[in-house]
Amino acid sequence: MKPSSTRLALAAAALLIAAPATAQTALPPTSSPAASPQATTAKECGACHMVYPASLLPARSWTKLMGGLASHFGENAMLDPATATTIAAFLTTNAGDVSGNRRLRGLSASDTPLRITDTPGWIRSHRKITAAEFSSAKVKSRSNCVACHAGAAQGSFEGDED
Amino acid sequence: MTRFVILLPVLLAAAAAQAAPGPAQQAELDAYTGMAKAADPNFGGFSAARGQALFLATSKTARPDTPSCTTCHTTDPTKVGRTRAGKEIGPMALSAKPDRYSVMADTEKWFARNCDSVLMRACTPMEKGDFITFMTGQ
Repeated sequence: MKPSSTRLALAAAALLIAAPATAQTALPPTSSPAASPQATTAKECGACHMVYPASLLPARSWTKLMGGLASHFGENAMLDPATATTIAAFLTTNAGDVSGNRRLRGLSASDTPLRITDTPGWIRSHRKITAAEFSSAKVKSRSNCVACHAGAAQGSFEGDED
Repeated sequence: MTRFVILLPVLLAAAAAQAAPGPAQQAELDAYTGMAKAADPNFGGFSAARGQALFLATSKTARPDTPSCTTCHTTDPTKVGRTRAGKEIGPMALSAKPDRYSVMADTEKWFARNCDSVLMRACTPMEKGDFITFMTGQ
């Protein structure tokens, strides 16, 4: 490699390292320090989708998910660092492996699912639901828990035992 | 029903009268004006027409699921939109949602996310100002 191209490669590498930090620090905080972590999580996650209960994924999944908000299921969902830290702490503290959610039984410790619909408990309890039912006008998507579970947004799946 | 028919023009007139930036929106526009001037000394002001074109355009560099602002927001800024996950999005037009463009941190958050999702790059201060100028006039 010529000296000039070496310098260019080094500069490019420096940019790649610096870019995410720059993008993050440029965003001012959207959450109030006075708000509870739960309220901040509900506000930010709930802006785009149902507020999925933290107990439905293990802590390692939430950590991975919160570290990848720049490409969140096909969209950019970046948060300012302070708000992201608050939400990550809330999700990991209340995660399913921490609270002992039996729906995570059967999940290998080496498996870090990003989708709740990829967890063994979810697959088990939805095995009798047909593809047609999931794509029906009422449900539309597997991510639309509330279509069938009225209390889903409050973390209640009672009466929906598998 | 009769009362509603009589009331309707009054409501529409009220909405039309609101279609101008309030102090909070003006503060955001002023901030973006400063940034636009810093980026280009010849900056000549924001354009609602350019903002509308940006809103309606189909991007050639978009992420596959979000080719345009209108993918989620619909082509009518006074109507509610819907996220890909199915959640309702309040209208973008200031007349239909008077708290739009009033908290700079929120405005910046959504531009940062959505410009990247639709354009795969950051929006310029001029694009942001054009967009808000269009939406505050709607």
